[in-house]
Amino acid sequence: MTETQREEVGTQPLVVHVEGLTKWFALKTGLLKSIISSDQPFVRAVDGVSFDIRKKEIFGLAGESGSGKTTTGRLLVRLLEPTKGKVIFDGKDITKLSDKELKPIRRRMQIVFQDPYDSLNPRMTVKEIVAEPLRVQRITKNEDEVVERVKAMLRDVEIVPPEEFLYRFPHELSGGQRQRVAVARAFVLQPELIVADEPVSMLDVSIRAEILNLMLNLVQKYGTSFLFITHDLAVSRHMCDRLGVMYLGELVETGPTDMVIGNTFHPYTQSLIAAVPVPDPTSKRTGDVLSGEIPSPVNPPTGCRFHTRCPYAHTRCMVEAPHLIEVEPDHRVACHLYDGVSPNRP
Amino acid sequence: MPVLDVEGLRTYYTTLRGDVKAVDGISFNVEKGEALGIAGESGCGKTTLALSLLRLLPSGGKIVAGTVVFDGTSLGSLTDEGIRKIRWKGISLVFQGAMNALNPVFKIGDQIVEAVKTHEPRTSNREAWKRAGDLLELVGIERGRATNYPHEFSGGMKQRALIAMALALNPQMLIADEPGTALDVIVQAQVLKLMRELKSKLDLGMILISHDLSILAETSDKLAIMYAGKFVEYGDVKEVFHEPLHPYTKGLLGAFPRIQGAKQKLLSVPGSPPDLLSPPTGCRFHPRCPYAMEICKQEEPLLKKAGSGQHDVACWLYK
Repeated sequence: MTETQREEVGTQPLVVHVEGLTKWFALKTGLLKSIISSDQPFVRAVDGVSFDIRKKEIFGLAGESGSGKTTTGRLLVRLLEPTKGKVIFDGKDITKLSDKELKPIRRRMQIVFQDPYDSLNPRMTVKEIVAEPLRVQRITKNEDEVVERVKAMLRDVEIVPPEEFLYRFPHELSGGQRQRVAVARAFVLQPELIVADEPVSMLDVSIRAEILNLMLNLVQKYGTSFLFITHDLAVSRHMCDRLGVMYLGELVETGPTDMVIGNTFHPYTQSLIAAVPVPDPTSKRTGDVLSGEIPSPVNPPTGCRFHTRCPYAHTRCMVEAPHLIEVEPDHRVACHLYDGVSPNRP
Repeated sequence: MPVLDVEGLRTYYTTLRGDVKAVDGISFNVEKGEALGIAGESGCGKTTLALSLLRLLPSGGKIVAGTVVFDGTSLGSLTDEGIRKIRWKGISLVFQGAMNALNPVFKIGDQIVEAVKTHEPRTSNREAWKRAGDLLELVGIERGRATNYPHEFSGGMKQRALIAMALALNPQMLIADEPGTALDVIVQAQVLKLMRELKSKLDLGMILISHDLSILAETSDKLAIMYAGKFVEYGDVKEVFHEPLHPYTKGLLGAFPRIQGAKQKLLSVPGSPPDLLSPPTGCRFHPRCPYAMEICKQEEPLLKKAGSGQHDVACWLYK
């Protein structure tokens, strides 16, 4: 995206505003344990996440498995009920709406799932799959209109000629074609917001580029906003206008993509970037590979949740949780290294 | 002398509709302490190539031509018992999909011990368990975890355990099929680092198979680009990356979003790989190639040295 387009995004109206979004999943315990102990253990999948997405903006969420990216995406379109927090869409807090009030909102937000082999019903044809949202929302008046809308949409996702694909089943499509159909299904209602959950991680490299470019083109054409979830920072650098990095249910760094990746502050973001393989055998990786794996979200570490793996951790990190502070315009970091008390930047 | 020398290997699968030419005339060699990366899209025959080397092909698959010479022995002439001695002890294989390759009802240690005792039946239980512990330590897992079940391991640990298991009988060669796929970036980087360390520590010959060129860039010494059952480019990894010659290699490299350097528009290779039942005539890449000429449709290009580094490429553009 060019600079002028980015500035244009910065002045666009808000599409969704998320504040303190929290989702704790209750862990099942045995009967005896629940009698003798009053502590109900929770998986703190998402813990107080706030961000905005503007019109035409692609907001990326990055992080390892288990950092809460997918849960955040599902909360955003209310496929899950949040424990706490608000999701303001078009001035309404959608977490408070009843199912009936939610239905017209659902038309305006859609989701694309990770695995195109699982997310398409194997017993439905391509036409039925793409037409289903139209039927559920009673958008189309008659069958001819359905076919027209579906064909136009398939042309948009470059499934051409559409006539040839309308009556095919998912098993007759390649992985890339399936994901195109899934993208078509998400776009057919021309929603204002689409959550794309790792939409290319299951695809071959050559096909991946096509799907990413296709989504960028559709964003331009329809002015849709995106929440783009990925564990691959190189992909998010290519796709996203702004980026949020998550660790154990919390946002640790957010800001414009170029700043988060080009002028990285948080040690976790730095190690994520260092871990991305570079397709060049002579270039050296910058920095060391982080050791260990993400801790359990049932008993997250005290203080800064990253302190157990952080190469710069000091005693304060173990007791006091850092808050997001602005380090550059619109670039926020939750790390004690930058809050002025201990100003030594690594 | 190379530890593995493959010459003109062809593996076909017999089906009712004819032969699927999954590997069709492939030659390469691997030295000790050297890693060969094989890159290509799904369905280009990468995995079949790996399975052919150890004669582990599923029913219907058959090696129809070519020789595989490992450490001076021609594997094609060995009996079933003979090839069994090569597996694990000579060449071992780390399968794709770390999550599914371990048996969920046996302890990790039991699975390593099983491999050891099958191939070296005279090893005592105690010694085999000690070896299992040593192997786990070698790949960076505490030896006490040998008594864990696979579900108690994370994805990265399972992948490490599989590598440990593959090294159980001190093989001279390791073949890893998609070693980094399905792992998180950080864990993937850890596993790749481990593979590099093991290669130099144990002087292993390695074949790494992946669709992800960036993984291979970091771990391989030589690189082969495979398309529709053939190598289209083959040479030193730096030369192939810095001066890609084949249009397909260029396409694959352009399809990568990069974390460093200037942001570029992603290119893709339009179309999909051909049906290997009846591959295109001439150069198999010509229906997808932006530079296709008349000769490409009729005559098949052979691997020839080209470019400033003189690595192999099979393309009529370099004639």
